[in-house]
Amino acid sequence: MIAKRIIPCLDVRDGRVVKGVQFEGIRDVASPVEMAHFYNDAGADELVFYDITASSEGRKLFTDVLKQVAGEIFIPLTVGGGINTLEDFERVLRCGADKVSVNSGAVNDPSLIERAARKYGDQCVVLSMDVKRVDGKFRVFKNGNRVDTGLDALDWAKYAEEHGAGELVVNSIDTDGVKQGFDLEMLAAIQARVRIPVIASGGAGCKEDFLSLFEAGVADAGLAASIFHFKEVAIRDLKGYLADHGVHVRI
Amino acid sequence: MIAIIDYGCGNLFSLSSSLAVIGEEWQITADKDRLAKADKLILPGVGAFGDAADKLHKTGLDEVLREAASAGKYILGICLGMQLLFEKSYEYGEHAGLGLLKGTIEPLARDIQADLKIPHMGWNNLHVVKQDPILRRNHEGDSVYFVHSFYAKNCEESLLATAEYDVTVPALVGKDNVYGAQFHPEKSGEVGLNLLKSFAELG
Repeated sequence: MIAKRIIPCLDVRDGRVVKGVQFEGIRDVASPVEMAHFYNDAGADELVFYDITASSEGRKLFTDVLKQVAGEIFIPLTVGGGINTLEDFERVLRCGADKVSVNSGAVNDPSLIERAARKYGDQCVVLSMDVKRVDGKFRVFKNGNRVDTGLDALDWAKYAEEHGAGELVVNSIDTDGVKQGFDLEMLAAIQARVRIPVIASGGAGCKEDFLSLFEAGVADAGLAASIFHFKEVAIRDLKGYLADHGVHVRI
Repeated sequence: MIAIIDYGCGNLFSLSSSLAVIGEEWQITADKDRLAKADKLILPGVGAFGDAADKLHKTGLDEVLREAASAGKYILGICLGMQLLFEKSYEYGEHAGLGLLKGTIEPLARDIQADLKIPHMGWNNLHVVKQDPILRRNHEGDSVYFVHSFYAKNCEESLLATAEYDVTVPALVGKDNVYGAQFHPEKSGEVGLNLLKSFAELG
């Protein structure tokens, strides 16, 4: 059967990794290429790059770096950040991305999901959503969690699936950065509405959090950034731990 | 030199990069003379079967592939490229394939439990059913990366390795000089590079 996936996420600005990382034995911890090699060797099942560049020069640096990563690392690569049009899809796919993650761009123009799925296939379109509890409901936020879109997360997930999204990334704003575990309640609610794979994001603080996630059966993959970057959790140890507890992972 | 057949289906960046990394000379081309000069051919493919089969036919590449196959040239189809090697597909209608391998392509959705996800996407394990030189660097249980919604059936004759997804999914097939991988070797880490290396050394 399909293995549960562990996915490190790298934020990139102007072609450099931004989150302060602490690694020994790597010459340049801000180099996405070096970091991609590191995570590939460590057993990551997939890599996610978020381009948080604001300028077009920075964007060019990002695509150059992406090309280099895709030319050296042979596991699935997902790219997100600033994806608003089909041209944005094209730009990163041509540089070797396998999947493209769209967030605010799809909220602003929901037809983007279907247009991209028709052109590049469902497997290529990842809908990423930032979700927060408002009045006891799960609400979708955009623009870096600042704007309440008014969209119900469950309805939005279903809409995305019906219009060709191949995968969902659910980032819980409520648990993000708290390191007390993934938002199992939110994930369970969303997972119950869709059949496409759900990637959990936000809240991982230790390897036990990944075990709880997979034991609860509410996600197909766990995504995290800082706990991997700061070496609080090593991917290989994490996967060994999960395998020991009966979770099917790629070793 | 290995020629990657360019017929407008799929992203060839990772595939060509993988060949470069394992030290193989490669060319992405649709040019018949170049394809004739190549030692081996790779038929990639992402998208819909009917559309891809049409493109092969309109460009005459279907004949090039049939001639190459009967001349004994090694061919590797990947993902949709593997499915195209078979006789027929039932993906949205009925479409003829190249007919280089015996078997049909059918929807997974019809055969697997309703709660399983489609496409069959992600890392799954290979179960080797028949040893073959293309598998000489690979092992039972190797993890490879799949993305597909349709799968080969009635292909026992060429079956080399399978993966389990409620049903038994043909993962690697090969008969004489014609091979196909349902998974993406160019996205399967070291395991995938090893398979490409072994393919490059066939013959």
